[in-house]
Amino acid sequence: MTTIETPPAAAPPRKAATVTRAGDRVFAAMSRGSGILLLVVMAAIAVFLTVRAASAISKDHGNFLTTFEWTPSLNPPVFGIAVLAYGTVVSSIIAMLIAVPIALGIALFITHYAPRRLGGPIAYVIDLLAAVPSIIYGLWGALFLVPHLKGLNLWLDNYLSWTVIFHKSDPNSAARSLFTVGILLAIMILPIITNVSREVINQVPKMHQEAALALGATRWEVIRLSVLPFARSGVISASMLGLGRALGETMAVATVLSASPVLSAHILDPVGGTFSQNIVAKFGEADEFGRDALIASGLVLFVITLLVNGAARLIIARRKEYSGANA
Amino acid sequence: MAKRIDVSGLSAFYGTHRAIDDISMTVEPRSVTAFIGPSGCGKSTFLRTLNRMHEVTPGGRVEGKVLLDDENLYASNVDPVTVRRTVGMVFQRPNPFPTMSIYDNVAAGLKLNGVRKKGELDTIVEKSLKGANLWNEVKDRLNRPGSGLSGGQQQRLCIARAIAVEPQVLLMDEPCSALDPISTLAIEDLIGELKSRFTIVIVTHNMQQAARVSDRTAFFNLAGVGQPGKLIEIDETERIFSNPSVQATEDYISGRFG
Repeated sequence: MTTIETPPAAAPPRKAATVTRAGDRVFAAMSRGSGILLLVVMAAIAVFLTVRAASAISKDHGNFLTTFEWTPSLNPPVFGIAVLAYGTVVSSIIAMLIAVPIALGIALFITHYAPRRLGGPIAYVIDLLAAVPSIIYGLWGALFLVPHLKGLNLWLDNYLSWTVIFHKSDPNSAARSLFTVGILLAIMILPIITNVSREVINQVPKMHQEAALALGATRWEVIRLSVLPFARSGVISASMLGLGRALGETMAVATVLSASPVLSAHILDPVGGTFSQNIVAKFGEADEFGRDALIASGLVLFVITLLVNGAARLIIARRKEYSGANA
Repeated sequence: MAKRIDVSGLSAFYGTHRAIDDISMTVEPRSVTAFIGPSGCGKSTFLRTLNRMHEVTPGGRVEGKVLLDDENLYASNVDPVTVRRTVGMVFQRPNPFPTMSIYDNVAAGLKLNGVRKKGELDTIVEKSLKGANLWNEVKDRLNRPGSGLSGGQQQRLCIARAIAVEPQVLLMDEPCSALDPISTLAIEDLIGELKSRFTIVIVTHNMQQAARVSDRTAFFNLAGVGQPGKLIEIDETERIFSNPSVQATEDYISGRFG
């Protein structure tokens, strides 16, 4: 970067008369317009959510944050998001714990291990997974996953019951639990995390990988020394995209989960709920006030998603100068 | 530490394309050998066959023998990973690991070799950075990222990283082509110092550099585009630049082609 010193002039330096061309003006106006439009839309959503939510919450006779039940139709109305927030976060964490390692594994396999003939088709199949509508996942989850997970549930309850997490209150109940929802969500967010990670890993410069190779690194050591550190922030971003989908997923959760206003540490129990599942389940029969209450829960989901994204950005920014960007 | 390299009948391929053809030469231990020749003549490819980096390129394949003292690098029971721990390499563009500190860059190869003790690492990192004439410039910021250094410092960091594992041979692929004249001079001085410990092979496009740093010079050429590169001659650097035995060499070093 070179800076040209301007002579200290008494009068403020006048801008050089530049010729602005019509094409430039049109394009600048278009891109500026798009940017402003985005802000306007975001602001509109935020205002809409806040106004409607505030009017509902002010009439809530329970504590909005700690109440388990969602009964805005009662007189006086009582509703709270404790169960929904817990269910949303827990099912998303389960999904991330399962999906991120597998997605990273697939991405590394496609980019570094698979012969080229195999890598292409695998990437294509992963893309296909992303194209399946979520209601199909929901049906598959309810009709296939739930009955077939019964054995796994029993096994976990038998051997890992002491962890409390894997304790099942009624071993014979169907696997319509947050755990099953988490597995289903993991499958649904696998493609996006895999694809974005693969793109990022593909961009790791060859020269860094050769540096590791020339030091006598094995294939895994090349990945550990040069690929993963370089791709780290991209993989985190990819995971956040997946997490965003997991947090907001509606139909698949609503189809699989046997919802009830119970907050349980036992993730195999068929109880609980999530924000979007609750909204889709209650919206149809809700009156005007009930809808506002549901909007209030939507606002909380919105805030949680924002917080998660902010946290991810912090993680990425923390080691910015070590990232590959300034290589 | 330094070992002799003995190459016989070596050809390298990219897929079906023969990039270099039937090269034989001997490189003496504790000497600097420079490879010169026009672009595409296969000198870099040949260099990369000496530590089995060529086969990393998709379709890369090698025929022939490379003996390091008496051990054939291409024998069927030799692991290329082991070869690369014995034959170090410095690349054209400085490539320190961007996500690592200066210290960790130098220690990277040692850690691969299982050196874990902090004290031992400290000693070798300091010795290697001193060996690469970089210690005084970075000793106060060993924990800063290596990518924050200047190009010339980065390249010396890469040299420190390569010599930290005490290789037998050090291969340098145009190590100064991305550097300014002052950094280039620093690297050339360094090469002069390092040759008392290592066998050094350097590819360069700069003939003055070859004349300055090397004991022996090999001239590579190719008959035309798409033809394989061949070794034209290898001799004492002084002879190559004053009285080469092949006309093509004379034409190349004096700037006349064809």
